[in-house]
Amino acid sequence: MRVLVQEAPFDLGQESADFARGHRDMGAIVTFTGVVRDLPDDPLEAMEIEHYPGMTEAALRDFAAQAVTRFDLGDALVIHRYGRLVPGEMIMMVATAARHRRAAFEGAEFLMDYLKSRAPFWKREITVKGADWVKSKTVDEEALKRW
Amino acid sequence: MDILYFAWVRERIGMPRETIETTAHTVAGLVEELKAREERYQLAFSDLSALRVAVDQTLTDFDASLEGAREVAFFPPMTGG
Repeated sequence: MRVLVQEAPFDLGQESADFARGHRDMGAIVTFTGVVRDLPDDPLEAMEIEHYPGMTEAALRDFAAQAVTRFDLGDALVIHRYGRLVPGEMIMMVATAARHRRAAFEGAEFLMDYLKSRAPFWKREITVKGADWVKSKTVDEEALKRW
Repeated sequence: MDILYFAWVRERIGMPRETIETTAHTVAGLVEELKAREERYQLAFSDLSALRVAVDQTLTDFDASLEGAREVAFFPPMTGG
């Protein structure tokens, strides 16, 4: 299990390859990557991500450990960036390894749902019109109820 | 006790952290003490349903006890992922 909270970009290919290696008994690897997307009507200059150092790492380790236990995963990886990012940049990734694909997919979805609403990150979108904190979505909060 | 503020809560209060003396027994009591200080605190804490709180880096609620607590953080709902 590995959790990284960092400002620097990460290499998706390298991280995925490193994660996939050394799991001979795991038949399924799922990876998910979140990317900063542009806004359709109001071009996004940048996204700034603030976090709570200390609590962030502890929360992500807790979610990863929960996912491993709950879905019987062989391994889990979470990388989440903070700081200033521009459209097209990767914000975060999760990877899960399991004996079968259903557990790997579900483990990744569980991690994503918890990252969205329970990990102490706050996004701010900066456009030519100004800067606005991204509001949390009810649908993201609702998504936690299925777990 | 260390009090931390994040995102728009930090902006409204005008600083990321401060150390205060408090006699409050719960988070709600602490919020009342802070609101009594200055208008910017009243503004930041005007709608508690729009806020989340962590005591010693664990998410909790406004009824939570401050017994033994060293660090309390206030922030809006999280938007990770």
